[in-house]
Amino acid sequence: MNATGSAAAAAPAAAAQPAAYTADEMMTACAARALPDGTVCFVGIGLPSAAANLARATHAPNLVLIYESGTIGAKPDRLPLSIGDGILAETSDAVVSVPEIFNYWLQPGRIGIGFLGAAQIDKFGNINTTVIGETYDRPKVRLPGAGGAPEIAASCREVIVVMWQTRRSFVQRVDFVTSVGYGNGPGQRERLGLTGAGPRKVITHLGVLEPDPATCELTLTGVYPGVSVADVSAQTGWDLAVSGSLEVIEPPSPPELTALRRLQAISAGSEGAS
Amino acid sequence: MAEIVSLADAVARTIHDGDAVAMEGFTHLIPFAAGREVIRQRRRDLTLIRMTPDVIYDQMIGAGCASKLIFSWGGNPGVGSLHRFRDAVENAWPGPLQLEEHSHAGMANRYVAGASGVPFAVLRGYSGTGLEGLPGLDGNPAIRPITCPFTGERLTAVAALRPDVAVIHAQRADRAGNVQFWGVTGVQKEAVMGAQRSVVTVEEIVDVLGPQPGAVVLPSWIVDYVAEVPGGAHPSYALGYSARDNHFYVAWDEISRDRERFLRWLDTDVFGVSPGLAGAGTGEGGCGA
Repeated sequence: MNATGSAAAAAPAAAAQPAAYTADEMMTACAARALPDGTVCFVGIGLPSAAANLARATHAPNLVLIYESGTIGAKPDRLPLSIGDGILAETSDAVVSVPEIFNYWLQPGRIGIGFLGAAQIDKFGNINTTVIGETYDRPKVRLPGAGGAPEIAASCREVIVVMWQTRRSFVQRVDFVTSVGYGNGPGQRERLGLTGAGPRKVITHLGVLEPDPATCELTLTGVYPGVSVADVSAQTGWDLAVSGSLEVIEPPSPPELTALRRLQAISAGSEGAS
Repeated sequence: MAEIVSLADAVARTIHDGDAVAMEGFTHLIPFAAGREVIRQRRRDLTLIRMTPDVIYDQMIGAGCASKLIFSWGGNPGVGSLHRFRDAVENAWPGPLQLEEHSHAGMANRYVAGASGVPFAVLRGYSGTGLEGLPGLDGNPAIRPITCPFTGERLTAVAALRPDVAVIHAQRADRAGNVQFWGVTGVQKEAVMGAQRSVVTVEEIVDVLGPQPGAVVLPSWIVDYVAEVPGGAHPSYALGYSARDNHFYVAWDEISRDRERFLRWLDTDVFGVSPGLAGAGTGEGGCGA
């Protein structure tokens, strides 16, 4: 899986309430809240890992973290630098091989929530982490590629996508389908034989999009404090549908911010230690 | 029985121009010293195979060792892009790099098939993705649908990986060449068992391999060469021996971004260093081990 590639820039929310919290902190808290205690969760490095560990430190102490390196039930007290970080192997319930994690654990649908980032997403939640440009052979930008994402998107019981929202990343049509969301619309996942339910939430630096139950189209269901529907529409490359019951999402609470900043401070302090 | 030799000898005896080489280690125990030795011996036209090319293949691609790459995730883990890999794909520098691209699940299953001695593996995967239509290195589809002969279900087949050479790094070996590694063990066992020839670099050679929770043991007779290379996974992790040198991974972003700077790094930190020396590769980054 990939890091979401977001920088610690000021979002409209942060601009409205200067210095209270960053857009990344808002996104991370929002993603953490989407993880019910006890859920089994497939996480990648970057914002997903921060969110999952924030959830463990706050409302979900029994969250089961699985990293694609084969560590099951990892309980790191700092954020791992990569999926091979020793702290994951040392704190997990079991360490299994890479073939085993994909074949025995992910493929049969044993994992509740998969976290994905992306460079591009379309209105049916299909994501691209492969190439930007017209053709695969001569890409404008070569991205890292698939990693575990295609099968995470296919086989986790549900998927949460976390990414920065811009007109360049939220596009009418992704340049390459690395991982399938709802394909070309209702019924497509079933036709393809994908066993999981697909993306249930897309958490961005502006708010939250969820698939419409009838059309599968990503619909704005929540915004962060200080963010307007127009702000989100302006950063969406398709005609964005808005839920009739649009929610204003709570800002990060003091305990959430304290726990998250503590995790990040411990992690920064241990970087490069050998 | 594995023969215990120097790293330079192990590489010289096993890896030849044009070979398909899998140097595995899933962000942990990456055989970096062996990668630099391949660069020093100026191997060319290699087909490099690795789930996560990581900085090790970024170095080898930039140095001109590879003409083909089979992989599933080509980023600098936790940092960003692999600039030498991108420069090769986007601008054919220092030469064109032909890709065969998979998902992690696909690659893992291909290694399992190789180790198992069967021609392909079956998985639920790739369905509906753009990867399904991509050609393999031979121009034919590398990912194909298959119907289950028992249920009629449509699944996906991927071809076995049978590298000419597998290279891995392990925590230790004994004097008979039995190899032991633990922590995140990735696909190293499958890579070695699917390959024609194998090289294992180790942190240390010991008299007796004591028990370790979750350890993988490769008996001496399944391995061709063992070389003692302390720090041979630097800057990646070697659980129980060293942590990741994250400063190097971050510094690599700068070193590799610019061709001239990368070439200076090659001169000072690869060609300017004796084979088998641990911890090479940090001078240019200004953050010595």
